[in-house]
Amino acid sequence: MDGFLPYLLIIIPALAAAVSTGTSILYATLGELVMERAGVLNLGVEGMMMVGCLASFLGCYHTGSPWFGLLCGGVAAMGMSAIHGAVCLFFQGSQVVSGLALTLFGVGVANYLGTPYIQQKVVGFASFNVPVLSSIPVLGPIFFQHDAMVYLSFFIPPLLWFLFMRTRYGLALRSTGENPEAVRAAGISPSAVRWSALMLGGFLVGMGGAYLALASMRMWVDNLVSGRGWIAVALVIFAFWRPGRAVFGVYLFTGVTAYLFRVQALGVGIPSSFLNMLPYLMTLAVLFASSLKGRGSGAPADLGNNLKPGS
Amino acid sequence: MSGWRIVSRTEPREWGSVVIFAVAFALSLLICALLLAVQGKDGLGGIGLLLSGGFGHLYSYGETLLKAIPIFLCSLGVALCFRLQVWNIGAEGQYVIGTLGGCWFALSFPGLPVWLMMPGMLASAMLAGGLWAAVAAVLRQRWGMNEIISTLMLNYIGIEILKHLIYGPWKDPAGMNFPVSPYFAESAIIGPVWNPDFWTGIGLSDGIVDTLAQLFGRAHWGILSCLIAGALCSFFLRKGMRGFEITAAGSNAKAARFAGIPYSRLVVLVMFVCGALAGLAGMQETSATLNRLEPHIVVGYGYTAVVVAWLAKLRTMRIAFFAFILAGLRVGVENLQLELQISSSFANTLEGIILITVLAGQFFNDYAIRRKPRQSVPGAGV
Repeated sequence: MDGFLPYLLIIIPALAAAVSTGTSILYATLGELVMERAGVLNLGVEGMMMVGCLASFLGCYHTGSPWFGLLCGGVAAMGMSAIHGAVCLFFQGSQVVSGLALTLFGVGVANYLGTPYIQQKVVGFASFNVPVLSSIPVLGPIFFQHDAMVYLSFFIPPLLWFLFMRTRYGLALRSTGENPEAVRAAGISPSAVRWSALMLGGFLVGMGGAYLALASMRMWVDNLVSGRGWIAVALVIFAFWRPGRAVFGVYLFTGVTAYLFRVQALGVGIPSSFLNMLPYLMTLAVLFASSLKGRGSGAPADLGNNLKPGS
Repeated sequence: MSGWRIVSRTEPREWGSVVIFAVAFALSLLICALLLAVQGKDGLGGIGLLLSGGFGHLYSYGETLLKAIPIFLCSLGVALCFRLQVWNIGAEGQYVIGTLGGCWFALSFPGLPVWLMMPGMLASAMLAGGLWAAVAAVLRQRWGMNEIISTLMLNYIGIEILKHLIYGPWKDPAGMNFPVSPYFAESAIIGPVWNPDFWTGIGLSDGIVDTLAQLFGRAHWGILSCLIAGALCSFFLRKGMRGFEITAAGSNAKAARFAGIPYSRLVVLVMFVCGALAGLAGMQETSATLNRLEPHIVVGYGYTAVVVAWLAKLRTMRIAFFAFILAGLRVGVENLQLELQISSSFANTLEGIILITVLAGQFFNDYAIRRKPRQSVPGAGV
């Protein structure tokens, strides 16, 4: 029995780490989810996160206010989203190609503009314990001993659920992803709905990037996002385009990763190069798991298609 | 709506895409000048440096050609996949794994004569890259896994495997603890195309040899593989049964299945071919330019290849053209790095901007903006 105890003891710290490392991916996943629910496939998440990350860093670096930094990150990623919108919604470009271009551009430009700031530190968000809640055994350390952005992230999924399921706007957004012609027939502009989803989703993705610069690292390093944007895209598929399942998927993903890292720290012979590729292997596993349930189940019917021009 | 409407062009203008490319490239370079200015550098001067670095001198063509080789090979494969509507973004990883395949052969059998070594390295690189790509193809066809994400993840994993080998088992014991493999044997090194002794030997005059020396620079015999691969590709796409099937299945997968075309097998085939070509590119690059395995063999040619394939609209000759252009821009960015001390990520930035502007510009070729007729007919708005 004694042999198992250490493996059990690390579960709680691993889950706590899962919540904090998962926050960035959670914001990005929810952002991509909003855009995809409206029918816009945005593969530029990686680039948008990078740009959001840099903008939030710069905002915080120059003003000392992490909240202002967060705003900068969100707005910058919205700007990237607007490029995608202009190319796909107005210029009728392929959503796949535009997203890939956005990633190439975003990662490149953020690394380029960030070069003078490498290793520079920012104030960022400090962690603090939530009174009362943080002293609950097990749940307290897992959920309530983090920073403000983590707590904020707890409110987003229920809000999104409410938006999707209980508001007229949410209905229009979901319908635009399924059948934009029907939305048009109902007298709503599907293009306007898609634009709004791009802006909202873009802001959320930018917050995901901002979390990395302002809460995880609190300094600028090259390639800070390193594939998390793509993980988010995969997790949207795993979540079957539902906010609740996205939360589950994100924490499962980061939980397993964090757990294995701690298992290695116990001295079990897991090669470190294997741990380095773990997030990517896990993404493949996540994709695999979602495909077992059936091809693209739950995907919005009009996902990735452009609206006909001139309407 | 306003007094304008967007109509589909029935026949796209012949010269349209040339104009669009020219305008888009110019615009992209201007945006880059702006980005340089943001960091307090001379923007327009920087663009001048970029262009002269890539295309300005006789010797810059040699460097550009050198980079165009791997980009062309990867792009040829990527284009084949895109033809089938398979979004293979994994040329980067396939390039890496192919490199590892070639290196494994070169490091394992250093004593082989060149006529055994080269085919061996070639086969092992192409097989490794091809199988790596086939993984994603099988996952897609058997389990419906999204190939964009799977190929991307395989890129990251491939790079981690490279790091693992180069920091571990393959590290040169005499390499001062740097992450490099031992140098390849002489027989495993692909030589430059320009070899003065060879060319003077067959009776060329000194002047021509000198000019050629500058023109080809460090470009290696991998050019030959580009010519062969390019010729085979366009021949099979035009004349071969498989080529016809690929084109047919690419335009309508469902109809192709009904017509009895083995769609899944085609997908695995094109992915394998793409991986093999990318692997070949990686192997040649390592052997010819570095003569050993180093981590910075990975510079993003696989992603450039995606841009090239798309810009070229998947046509072989245009792939050659755009591979050369984008290779030149990469050489130009290296020149900028030297002169203005900017980061190497500028190359990706530029490629991303070009892709975005061309993608948006394409609109003007496919659609026209016309003034609405004064009296609008119901339903005429489309």
